[in-house]
Amino acid sequence: MMMMMTPIPRDLPLPLPASAFYLEPLLVVAFVAHIVFVNLLVGSSLLVFGLELRGRKDRDFDRLARALATTLTVNKSLAVVLGVAPLLIISVLYTMQFYTANALTGTAWIGLIPGITVTFVLLYLHKYSWDRLQDAKGTHLGILGIAVALLLFIPLVFLTNVNLMTFPDRWTAVRGFLDALTLPNVLPRYLHFLGASLVLTSLFCVAWFGRASYPVEEVFERLTRPQLRRMFYSVAFVVSLAQFVIGPVVLLTLPSRGINAVVLAEIGAGVALAIPAVWMLWKEMVDPESGRRFFKIVGLLTVTVLMMALGRHNYRYVALREHRRAVARETAAWQLASEAARVQARTGVPAAGAAPDGAALFASSCSGCHAKDTRLVGPPLTEIAQVYQGNPAGIVAWAKAPGKKRADMPPMPAMAAVGDANLRAIAEYMLKAGAP
Amino acid sequence: MDLPIFHLDFLNNRMLIAIIAVTHVLINHAMAVGGIPLVAYLERRGMLDPDRGWDALAFRILTVFFVTTTTLGALTGVGIWFSAGLVNPIAIGSLLRVFFWTWFTEWLVFVTEVALILLYYLTWKRWRGPRKRAHVKLGFGLALASWATMALIVSILSFMMDPGSWHGDRTLFSGMFNPLYLPQLAFRTPLAMVMAGAAGLIITRASTRQDLALRHAATRAIGRWMLAWLPFTVAGGIWYAQGVPEGMRALLPVAMVTQNLTQWAGMATTAMWAAAGMIAAVALWAAVRPAGLRRWAVVLPALATIALIGTFERVREFVRKPYAIAGYLYSNGLRPDDYPLLQRDGLLATATYAQVRELTPDNQVDAGREVFMLACTRCHTVDGINGVRVALSRLYAGQRWDPAVIDRYLGVMHQARSFMPPFPGSLAERKALATYLAWLQAHPESLEGAQVSGVPTLPRPITASSARPL
Repeated sequence: MMMMMTPIPRDLPLPLPASAFYLEPLLVVAFVAHIVFVNLLVGSSLLVFGLELRGRKDRDFDRLARALATTLTVNKSLAVVLGVAPLLIISVLYTMQFYTANALTGTAWIGLIPGITVTFVLLYLHKYSWDRLQDAKGTHLGILGIAVALLLFIPLVFLTNVNLMTFPDRWTAVRGFLDALTLPNVLPRYLHFLGASLVLTSLFCVAWFGRASYPVEEVFERLTRPQLRRMFYSVAFVVSLAQFVIGPVVLLTLPSRGINAVVLAEIGAGVALAIPAVWMLWKEMVDPESGRRFFKIVGLLTVTVLMMALGRHNYRYVALREHRRAVARETAAWQLASEAARVQARTGVPAAGAAPDGAALFASSCSGCHAKDTRLVGPPLTEIAQVYQGNPAGIVAWAKAPGKKRADMPPMPAMAAVGDANLRAIAEYMLKAGAP
Repeated sequence: MDLPIFHLDFLNNRMLIAIIAVTHVLINHAMAVGGIPLVAYLERRGMLDPDRGWDALAFRILTVFFVTTTTLGALTGVGIWFSAGLVNPIAIGSLLRVFFWTWFTEWLVFVTEVALILLYYLTWKRWRGPRKRAHVKLGFGLALASWATMALIVSILSFMMDPGSWHGDRTLFSGMFNPLYLPQLAFRTPLAMVMAGAAGLIITRASTRQDLALRHAATRAIGRWMLAWLPFTVAGGIWYAQGVPEGMRALLPVAMVTQNLTQWAGMATTAMWAAAGMIAAVALWAAVRPAGLRRWAVVLPALATIALIGTFERVREFVRKPYAIAGYLYSNGLRPDDYPLLQRDGLLATATYAQVRELTPDNQVDAGREVFMLACTRCHTVDGINGVRVALSRLYAGQRWDPAVIDRYLGVMHQARSFMPPFPGSLAERKALATYLAWLQAHPESLEGAQVSGVPTLPRPITASSARPL
């Protein structure tokens, strides 16, 4: 039976590029910038799909879907490029935990690269084939459908990774990505992420289509600005309410190890600020002419997102604190032991400047392939001594630039790196040892 | 050692990185670093001579570059991180610690580059008339950003080959301005311009069926563009080749072909010169007689640059062996500094993850497999690409694989094959590995990495504090 245990790897023996005091907050900020565009990417693709589907009966919705799809390909590029910084920082700060989770989910992790590439190509194809596939809506929606399915799967891989890295006690029990996917907490977090994507995208749409400079009258036959606002506000409102159900499930399924007062306070503050924001969403929804609460809503929810991101980060920090301390101890112990072993190995090394010892050099450089009187890889010394009798220089020349002489043996590698003097000593030893 | 071992036993781990990285370099060089200045140059010609369709052609070329770089190009760039993090996490992790601020700066430039290319592409049709001049300037600004991202990354690539004075002071500055940095940059910059021309020739041909006058004018312009950059490419290449450290140069013949074909190395060099010559010939043809340029000839420079850059990157990756970071980290992910300890106490006893901790006469094969996993799999598979079974069959053709003979070979292989690191474990582990390798003769098998089988593990016995329940 497998003993439950927590592996304590040793960290790289190189200093961090800056104090963790600066890198940890930098990670939170960089992550929020990244996840906002990921939310927009996933949320927009879902909304475009829904709107275009409805657009089969109502052309205005097809136009709306198309207008939103135009922003999608910009947001997707920003989502990727803004993902590089958090990837960089987390690899440096949580090196051993992050790379461990990557390896344990390796197939899915590397599958992200072709997966996201294909998704993006499909998104371009969908965007630029709108006119050409006007009469083949099924195909056009199918292209987007595949992209949406991929976009729904891709965040799961990232989530599984950051979840797994937080729980070193699970590492030795996990067998592959699907196994890691079933750890508690992954699914609730995923649903919470999808909810956030829809809320964020809806608010983006309120701003994008609701702004005074957007030519609503030119683009749409029937849809008006207040209608658009109301529609996107109601999506935001309904999904926000659902977040109040999913959120507590996320919190309850989190292993308690990472929860402390600070984490709870941060999450609590986020929730507290979201309540008035949702109330204002309701007000805007029933009174779409107003529009004066938009910036308050965005302001409040921005702080909510920041608080949630802080809580999320602090949870990981707390959950891994003991493990990181243990890693630091192991690393220090290893470096001491390594240094001691180096010193031990240095004593007893022959003094420099001694004449090269052909027998010893032969043993260290040649004996893997050549033996005295049996064939290993290359010919035995007895044979070589016959060929080069009285001609050690011939052996040296051959060893520096060998060719392939014998059909039944692989070619010998060039040994010039051993040095002329050493080769000469080896050659003389070989002739002596191989002599009959 | 300290991380679960991701392993692809058919494809080979290095091949995974190689496929992703070479794809990225091809797209980056041809369509961003060289591609954007070429597009901006053609757009400028369109501005000066508005009636001949230059502008539409430049936009077509940009469309191909834009769609490719923002999908496959961007993702293979991230893919290099992902694959390196899986295959040799210790190497990429170490590079990250040293070059964090270089990468962070590169990221800022990269964000700028993406923002600019979105702006450049999406405003092409809107910034007309008096705003065209600003748009062309935007193009050259974007070109500068693309070049800057490459310029920063090249410092890390050359560091891996020769860290120079970093060994002494370990500062970011001496790491970045290592001996090979400027030569490699001087080579890659004009090479990227030539590669862009090669791609441009094909796109021009494909998108000017209706307008032969434009086709000929553009083909001529691109031919001249390539001819102008070729001498700098050759000069940069020679400067770079001369900077390769002495010890690495001995590996060049093996790097260019394979161990077994080193006698063909001279021919490979000739082939590379021939490829360069062919690019020059087609460019000259395009510049002098654009109307006569045949369809088959149009694709030749692109094919030649793919072959050249593939070879070039392979050689660059190969000659730094047996190191991942010259002098600091072996390609097996272990530090030479730790060798005395590893060789004294053994890999199995000190590794964080191992299913066998102690060697007994009964567990030689199982122990040997674990040692193989720890010491060999960063470069070797059992039966796939660079598989040990093939290597052993070649060494001991027609013979029984003898554990004692293999054991002896493992002790000296780093002398005979100077691109291999020395065996890192204890003598007993070497023997177990030899037993496992000999066992493979009759028992071909495929190894599963941690991504499939996880890391079932026994507690580590060496340090008391490790592997305890938290």
